[in-house]
Amino acid sequence: MNDTLAGWLQALALMAALTLSHRPLGDHIARCLTTSRHLRPERVVYRAGGVNPDADQTWAAYLRGVLAFSLVSMLFLYGFQRLQDHLLLSLDMKPVPADLAFDTAASFVTNTNWQSYSGESTMGHLVQMAGLAVQNFVSAAVGIAVVAALIRGFTRERTSQVGNFWADLTRIVLRVLLPIAFVFAIALLAAGVVQNLHGVQAVTTIAGDHQSITGGPVASQEAIKELGTNGGGFYNANSAHPFENPTAFTDLLEIYLLLVISCSLPRTFGTMVGDRRQGYAVLAVMGVIWVASVAAVTANELHSVSSSAGHAAGGMMEGKEQRFGVWASALFAASTTLTSCGAVNSFHDSYTPGGGGLLIFNMMLGEIAPGGTGSGLYGILVLAIFAVFMAGLMVGRTPEFLGKKIRSREMKFASLYILATPVIVLIGAGVAMALPGERAAMANPGPHGFSEVLYAFTSAANNNGSAFAGLRADTVWYNTALGLTMLFGRFLPMVFVLALAGTLAGQRPVPVTAGTLPTHRPLFVGLLTGVILVVVGLTFFPALALGPLAEGLHR
Amino acid sequence: MSPHLPSTLRQHLSALRMLLTLTVVTGIAYPLAVTGVGQLAFEHQADGSLVEDHGTPVASSLLGQNFALPKKNPDDASEALRPAPEWFQPRPSAADAGKGAGPYDPTSSGASNLGPNNPRLVTTIAERRAAVAAFDGVGPASVPADALTASGSGLDPDISPAYAYQQVNRVAKTRGLPAGRVRKLVTDHLRGRDLGFLGQERVNVIELNHDLGRLG
Repeated sequence: MNDTLAGWLQALALMAALTLSHRPLGDHIARCLTTSRHLRPERVVYRAGGVNPDADQTWAAYLRGVLAFSLVSMLFLYGFQRLQDHLLLSLDMKPVPADLAFDTAASFVTNTNWQSYSGESTMGHLVQMAGLAVQNFVSAAVGIAVVAALIRGFTRERTSQVGNFWADLTRIVLRVLLPIAFVFAIALLAAGVVQNLHGVQAVTTIAGDHQSITGGPVASQEAIKELGTNGGGFYNANSAHPFENPTAFTDLLEIYLLLVISCSLPRTFGTMVGDRRQGYAVLAVMGVIWVASVAAVTANELHSVSSSAGHAAGGMMEGKEQRFGVWASALFAASTTLTSCGAVNSFHDSYTPGGGGLLIFNMMLGEIAPGGTGSGLYGILVLAIFAVFMAGLMVGRTPEFLGKKIRSREMKFASLYILATPVIVLIGAGVAMALPGERAAMANPGPHGFSEVLYAFTSAANNNGSAFAGLRADTVWYNTALGLTMLFGRFLPMVFVLALAGTLAGQRPVPVTAGTLPTHRPLFVGLLTGVILVVVGLTFFPALALGPLAEGLHR
Repeated sequence: MSPHLPSTLRQHLSALRMLLTLTVVTGIAYPLAVTGVGQLAFEHQADGSLVEDHGTPVASSLLGQNFALPKKNPDDASEALRPAPEWFQPRPSAADAGKGAGPYDPTSSGASNLGPNNPRLVTTIAERRAAVAAFDGVGPASVPADALTASGSGLDPDISPAYAYQQVNRVAKTRGLPAGRVRKLVTDHLRGRDLGFLGQERVNVIELNHDLGRLG
């Protein structure tokens, strides 16, 4: 079988698996978010947590729950890292420095998993499994909880209440994330991913040299790292590391895992609003963008477009693993940058200007195709509101979406959502480029160096976490700046989404008339795709022109 | 919970209790359960797919190693490693990048992160092409890309079939073995794509060299 056929087949196999699973999983998540029944383990959690899962909350109370839980998580994770040398299984690792511990805590609590540290030389096993990996579960669940509140904004009427945060959080962790992660952790383990509590084991090698073989509870962390679109590697090399991703088979499992929840949530949305076609329309937009991006990144890498190193070597294999090759690497790279996952099976800094530029563009889309767990769906629903509004302007009608009027109040929250992330990205990257010390952190010369800085702030603000990893970001300045970028990039949009949920829930639904724009037809799919590309294109074109475009054209 | 506390504080205490409860479930019980299953059912994989020589681990079949000549001065970290002609050579490794570790050091995994038009990378590739061609006694144009580029992990245990076959004559000559026998060993170690269509064809250098060592 030749490379091209094999490459297409693995993409098709991935799509087939996602298609098969999105219905049962989407419906299962919808049931978890709508049922009034509590399972026994959940009652235990509620009792231990001292929360009342039956009290419906206003959007503001729901938001206070999200923020309180995230703040506590952040302080806990910060303290955990600072005190790791006093704890079990520390492997004699030193306490993590204050700036790095702040950056890492912000990173894992915001579902970003940007890593300025190298796992195998910084973190002991206990911090990894009981600190970082716990946030992999709960930060993913927080994202899904917030989109659940937004969906309830559409389904409820004349109420101020959007659900109970503690119940949503607990159910998503216990009924969705934990069972799937467990099954896939065992599958990954069977296929070669390590899972032990060993420290470093010194061996005399085949050629008589010395090598230190690392250990760790990797499989358990790997499964939730992908499933929760977190992306923080146990080791520095992330999913390029053979202990995290030993074969092309585990590689496909990992790509599947990082897409599966976000691809199933449109079904959850369609089911909850009582019109599954609405979910399919959203999924179609996600699918179109994903397919186009995978194809474009793969084509750039296959043909070494505008890369003198690629032409010199006869292939874009710098930073890529032999067992994966260009096809599986590009498939992973496009998927991870479109989902806010940020795990990598190859190193993006060495991608072609076009391929690497597209990866930055993927993140600039706002992580919506299909996006992070929960955050992808609420991101695209806000853009759908924006698209409906634009269509309304064209015909001079008050726009409506799923029976709710899109008035100036709704548009204010939607606009603030859309503006927040680009402002953070461009200010952050701009300030970094204005400071000589921070410019010096670039590892590559020319426009590619600027791309490294732009990638860092785009990744942090959109809670992706992957990097053009040459950038020497483990400095007090970058740790602080990127830590703040991740926090603002996560929680400002959440505030606007929950405010939107509150105002939508308070509305009385309007009946569908002949003048209502149908939001489940191909026309709307095209309109929404166009709006996404135009909004992002206009916002970021100047920045992209200075980085990847300049590098690609310069050759 | 005490009713006298201000509501903000009460909410954060609740949040902390929820976090600690979920930590016990997802941060302790879950990884330990997976570890338990791993140690019972998949011990070989869970422990790192170790390759043993008379009961002593010498490698993980998942992690590449250096197959280099002994250093002139073993304490000199800056001395460049020279490839040993009697072994199949793995891909270049950037695991040492800037951290003082050596290539193929699992405590320092990572890539070169050199950009696609970085002159340093272009030069390095040209130097590697000349060195590998001379070392293996082949024409520079025929050296495959994986022999010229550093992997993402710096620990890649695999090379392309083309790079493996290219090294057969040199290895056979150095070891005084018939080339046909070494070539057959490579063919025995060819691994196709997973399930027939996933990833790329490859040869695992660790397993190949381990069997080569036992061949004599």
